[in-house]
Amino acid sequence: MTTQTKERIIEKLLQFSAWVTILTTLGIIAILAKETFSFFRKISLFDFLTDTQWTPLFTDKHFGIMPLLSGTILTSLIAVLVALPIGLSIAVFLNEYSNKSFRNAIKPLLELLAAVPTVVYGFFALVVITPFLQSIIPSLSGFSSLSAGIVMGIMIIPFISSLSEDALYAVPNSLREAAYGMGSTRFQTVFKVTLPAASSGVIVSVILAISRAVGETMIVAIAAGQQPRLTLNPLVPVETITAYIVQVSLGDVPHGSLEYQTIFAAGITLFVFTFLLNTLSYRLKKKFMEKYE
Amino acid sequence: MNSIVRNRLNDKLFYIWGLISTFIGLIMLSIFLGQIVKDGAQRLNWDFFTSLPSRLPEKAGIYTAMIGSVWILLMTLIIAFPLGVAAGIYLEEYIKKGRWSNLLELNISNLAGIPSIIYGLLGLEFFARTLHLGGSILTGSLTLSLLILPIIIVTTRESIRAVPGSIKEASYALGASKWQTIRMQVLPASMGGIMTGVILALSRAVGEAAPLIVIGALAYVPFAPSGPLDDFSVLPIQVFNWISRPQAGFITNAAAGIIVLLALTFLMNGIAVFLRYRWQNKTKL
Repeated sequence: MTTQTKERIIEKLLQFSAWVTILTTLGIIAILAKETFSFFRKISLFDFLTDTQWTPLFTDKHFGIMPLLSGTILTSLIAVLVALPIGLSIAVFLNEYSNKSFRNAIKPLLELLAAVPTVVYGFFALVVITPFLQSIIPSLSGFSSLSAGIVMGIMIIPFISSLSEDALYAVPNSLREAAYGMGSTRFQTVFKVTLPAASSGVIVSVILAISRAVGETMIVAIAAGQQPRLTLNPLVPVETITAYIVQVSLGDVPHGSLEYQTIFAAGITLFVFTFLLNTLSYRLKKKFMEKYE
Repeated sequence: MNSIVRNRLNDKLFYIWGLISTFIGLIMLSIFLGQIVKDGAQRLNWDFFTSLPSRLPEKAGIYTAMIGSVWILLMTLIIAFPLGVAAGIYLEEYIKKGRWSNLLELNISNLAGIPSIIYGLLGLEFFARTLHLGGSILTGSLTLSLLILPIIIVTTRESIRAVPGSIKEASYALGASKWQTIRMQVLPASMGGIMTGVILALSRAVGEAAPLIVIGALAYVPFAPSGPLDDFSVLPIQVFNWISRPQAGFITNAAAGIIVLLALTFLMNGIAVFLRYRWQNKTKL
C-alpha cells in the first residue's frame, strides 16, 4: 500500500470518528421523535400541555406535563438562587481581590465540587440538609424541592464561578485602571465597571448552570420526592422530568406500552429546554469572545 | 459617616463576603464528608468488599457493584478513548474551516450540554432494544462513551493546539507525511494533556447512575458479571438503591459505599491534576 492511500484511509477513519458526534445528535432526535410520535397518537398535544395532572402510572391516567415541568423549574430556580450570588462573589473575589497563588490553590478544590458524583449529593440532601432545614422549618416534608435545590446549587457553584471568572479576566486592565485613577475602591470598580463589562459572560455562565440544573437527575430523584404536583411551594415533595424517567426505568415497564412512551415524551421536553439554553449560551459566548479581541 | 469611609467599609465587607463565599461550598462538603465517615467507616471491612447484595443490611456488600464499575470503566475507556482522540485530531489537524467545521463545533458544544439521562434514553432504544444488547455492560459502556466523547474531543483539541508549530514544521522538513507527523510528534507531545482529559471524563463516567438506570442496569445482581454481555450494577446505582430503602442499616451501607465511590473519584481527579501539572511544566520548556 502506498503512503498516499494509507494517508487517505487514516483521514477517512478520523473523519468518521468526528461524524459519530453528528450521528449521536441525529440518533437522539430520531429516537425521541419516534417514541413521542407514537405517544401523541394516543394522547393529544393539547392535553399534554394543559392538563394539570401527571398520573400515567395510576388507574386514572392523566398526561399533563405541567406538574413535571413546574417541579423541574422550581428545583432549578432554587439551585440558581443559591449558586449565583455565591459563584459570582467567588469569581469577583478570586479575580479582583485575591492574589495569584491563592487563586491557583483554590481553583482545583472548587472544581472538586462539580466532580462529586450526584448520587452522593442526593444522600447529602436527604441525610444532612433535610433534617437541618426541618429543625428551622418544622413544616418541611422529608422530600422537598428546597432541600434538593440547595444541594444542587452547591454542585453548580463551580460552573458559575469559573465561567464568570473567565469573563472578568477578559475585561481589559485599562478599564480597571481608569476607575482606580478616578479614586474608586475595588468594590466600586467591580460593580460599576468590571462586572457590567463582563455581563454577557456572566449571563452565559448562568444559562449553562440552569441547563445543568434542569438536566440533573440523581439529586432530585433522591431528595425531591416522586409526587408530580403543580406548585411553587418549596416545602412539599415534587417530581421533576428526570426523576420521573428514573422512576419509570426502575419499574418493569413493557417496551412499546404507553408508560414506556411517556418517558420519551418527558425526555423530548427536557431535550428541547436544554437545547434552547445551550444554543443561546453558545451564541452569546461567541459574541462576548469577539468583544475585546 | 462620609462617603469615603462608607466606600472603604463596603470594600472591606465585600472582601469578607468573598472569602466566605469561596469557602462555603468547601465547608459544606467537608461537613458532609465528616458525616459520611462517621456513618459509614464502621461498615468498611473486608466482608463489605467481598459480599454479594443481600436483603439484610449487615450481610450486603459491594462486590458485584465494584466488579460492574471496573468493567464499565475499562470498556468505556476502550471505546471512548480511540474515538474521541481520533475525532479531536480530525477537527484540529484535518478539517477545513467552513460550514461543516462550524456545524461540528456547534454540535459538540451542544452534546456536552445534553443531560446524561437523555443519553440513557438513546442507549435504551438503540443499543438495548434495536441492537438487542439488553441492559448489558456493553450497552452501558457504549452509552457512557457517547456521553463523555465531547469532553475527550475538547481536551484532545486543546492539547494538540498547544504543541508548538516548529515541531511539526521540523517533521515535515524531514519528509514525514501528515499522519507520520501526527503519530510520531504531535501525539507524543500532547499525550499528557489528552490523558488528563480522558481520566477526568472517566471519573465522570464512574459516578454516573442516571443513564445506566435508564438503559436497564439492575440494582440487584446476584452474581458478578464475567463478560461484556452480562447484566450488571455499578457503585452509584448500588448506593442509590440503599438510600431508597427504609431500614437504617442500609443508610450505613450507603455511606460506606459512598466512601468507596468518593475515594475512586478523588483518586482519578488527583491523578488528572497531577498529570496536568507535570505536562504544563514540560510544555513551558
